Amino acid sequence: MTSPTLSIERLTIDLPAGADRQFAVHKCSYQILKGEILCVVGESGSGKSMTANALMGLLPSGVKVGAGRAMFGGKDILRLSEGDQRAMRGDRVAMIFQEPMTALNPLMRIGDQIAEVFAAHKRHSPAQRRARALELITEVGLPDPAKIIRAYPFQLSGGQRQRAMIAMALALEPELLIADEPTTALDVTTQAQILKLILDLRDRRGMAVMFITHDFGVVEEIADRVIVMRHGQIVEAGTAADVLQDPQHDYTKALLNAIPSGHVPQSAPVTNAPALQIKSLNKVYRTGGGFMKPPREVRAIDDISLTIAKGEVLGLVGESGSGKSTLGRAVVRLVTPDSGQILVGGTDMAALNDADLRAARHKVQMVFQDPYASLNPRHKIMRALTDGPIAKGVSKADAQARARELMEIVGLGAEAVDRFPHEFSGGQRQRIGIARALAMDPELIIADEAVSALDVSIQAQVLNLLRDLRARMNLSILFITHDLRVAAQLCDRIAVMQKGKLVEIGQTSEVFLRPQHGYTQKLLAAVPGGDWGKTG
Amino acid sequence: MSFWKRFSTNRGAVFGLILLFLVIAIALLAPFMFPRGPWAMVQRPFLAPFDAAGLYLGTDTLGRDVLSGLVYGARVSLLVGLISTVMALCIGVPLGALAGFYGGWVDECAMRFTEFFQTIPNFALAIVLVAILEPSLGSITLSIAIVSWPPVARLVRAEVMSVTKREYIDAARLAGLSNMKILIGQVLPNTVSPIIVMASLMVATAILLESSLSFLGLGDPNIMSWGYQVGAARTVIRTAWWLSFFPGLAIILTVLALNLIGEGLNDALNPHLSRKGRA
Repeated sequence: MTSPTLSIERLTIDLPAGADRQFAVHKCSYQILKGEILCVVGESGSGKSMTANALMGLLPSGVKVGAGRAMFGGKDILRLSEGDQRAMRGDRVAMIFQEPMTALNPLMRIGDQIAEVFAAHKRHSPAQRRARALELITEVGLPDPAKIIRAYPFQLSGGQRQRAMIAMALALEPELLIADEPTTALDVTTQAQILKLILDLRDRRGMAVMFITHDFGVVEEIADRVIVMRHGQIVEAGTAADVLQDPQHDYTKALLNAIPSGHVPQSAPVTNAPALQIKSLNKVYRTGGGFMKPPREVRAIDDISLTIAKGEVLGLVGESGSGKSTLGRAVVRLVTPDSGQILVGGTDMAALNDADLRAARHKVQMVFQDPYASLNPRHKIMRALTDGPIAKGVSKADAQARARELMEIVGLGAEAVDRFPHEFSGGQRQRIGIARALAMDPELIIADEAVSALDVSIQAQVLNLLRDLRARMNLSILFITHDLRVAAQLCDRIAVMQKGKLVEIGQTSEVFLRPQHGYTQKLLAAVPGGDWGKTG
Repeated sequence: MSFWKRFSTNRGAVFGLILLFLVIAIALLAPFMFPRGPWAMVQRPFLAPFDAAGLYLGTDTLGRDVLSGLVYGARVSLLVGLISTVMALCIGVPLGALAGFYGGWVDECAMRFTEFFQTIPNFALAIVLVAILEPSLGSITLSIAIVSWPPVARLVRAEVMSVTKREYIDAARLAGLSNMKILIGQVLPNTVSPIIVMASLMVATAILLESSLSFLGLGDPNIMSWGYQVGAARTVIRTAWWLSFFPGLAIILTVLALNLIGEGLNDALNPHLSRKGRA
């Protein structure tokens, strides 16, 4: 057995007084061997990122290492001087971050940013630095390296930026690469490519990788060993196969159960009258343009027609930029389409003028993605739930009674209406969002990435709630998501969008088991841990 | 209440608040402290502080009590500062809110109009306005308001733009609320914090502007103000220093108090932006 690259012994990280718990990380011990990929898994707030930040000396102010050691190359890297730490960062330990959009300097060319890493550690002559940067860009598989080296970050896609970040991290051939949720912000197909790249690089260079993630699918894809963290403590550790196939701790089991599995429900065919009919809808965004220059056109919705029956859940899946959100917003008329019809219960939402539209608004309601931005921080829940019904003409007393009833239905209790949004967690806020939509007695609910911002166990609860409500109230839902597993759990039919076009629509089981379109097949193949999910 | 707790952790702000309350109390009590008013000649001119019993700050060029003038001046300064700020907010907030909320040509028009005022130097415009309107308390307050609303409009516009993009505003639209209801009920309450902070600093600026105008002799001739006192005493600044020193000090302390309060409000209302290192 090779000696460990990094050995963490009884590490404790203290949180400042007044935080919701005393330790961010409590007495954690683990090792990463040379050439090994260790996945640190946990939900938000479990302390998984804090460990990585402590190793890099990047703890936020007020948070301190309390006790324990992290031995790396014979030294305790938690207690290095500022200068030694700087020398170590980038050189022997490198890190890649979650947000490729903000982790690169927007005003510097990619090549210069990579060369800067060499300059910071005083390696090579300027000419050699350029040459090395070019090699690295080639190595991480960016297309047309000679052009990329002169490109600015905004000219690259999310996946390309993450590749550039990885190139920077690899510049000085680190022994340890810390990756903090590097694929969370990326589309599935891009995520699959980045995971493959990290695996390749590990094989080629034999470096150790500490991979922080919340996604068990990703774990299945790349991990050699796994540790599961909860409330700052390690609840389970072991090889990837052991933890995934035969979890010991209840929390791990709960997490694994909460993952939307690949089990495809055999949905009953829906034969009811349509709740929503979209007929050849179009929306084109024009940007830039000006004197002598034609504007850039993006066809966000390109001649789309579809129908949702009463009581049906239609899943709308696609990668970012596919136009799925625009379609959702067009149905509620937050976006006005260029042409086409949106028929909700016989009314064409696309053709209404402002006053008629306001009167018809209640027919379609929306549940939003970001639970922290979707409730007005200055209004109590009661107001959030009653503003709409009162505007619609319901009496105040009735609206308030209904609000209390709805809060019971979504499982928060009637007395919660007198509280402010900041007193609720993300999952609870999402329940409030659902209650707000229901308060209007809509004919159709649009759920735009409604569970994407939530941890898996919370996600499972909200999905259960939606399923339950749908059975009880016979709701029609347009469920927009990028996550195919989630879509498979809830939806009767799935529609797949690519670049504004509807490429495939059909029964969930049909789409998942016998995808017709090439793009759908590609999407399904890219889902991390896809095989394990189906058999598990 | 956590707001007060956060505010009181900033010692400078608490000091400012105490100072301001002191000035307000003095202003309110002026008629009781000096029933004869600031213009009454009480002794021979140019008495130095403490030279005569009861005249703690001495007398001015015409034998009027300097302390009495100072106390009555506080009323004018605070009044002008407060009212002109309220007027500036009444112009700036609606204009900025409409520009930010509706965008497009409404925004264009409102902002070009705002820029028109911003391109003229504040003080020069104030002088011209007062000169045209005849110096009086009303015209001074009005002209100060007219020169100080553009930054308010810009601030409110930016805040409204950012709040309007939040999902809860979309939700309010879906609830079928009218635009005005959304703007007043949902958007504006979320922009209040920066407006309050800016307003507290505007009061300070307005007091300075009023003093400067009075100093130049453009003040209301019937009203004793700090700026007038400094201005009237400038010819004798070497022989009778106290005539300009004490009104000057009053201006400095009041403006300082308001600035400290503004900063404290900023820290207390935007806890995420407060600078690190402050306990």
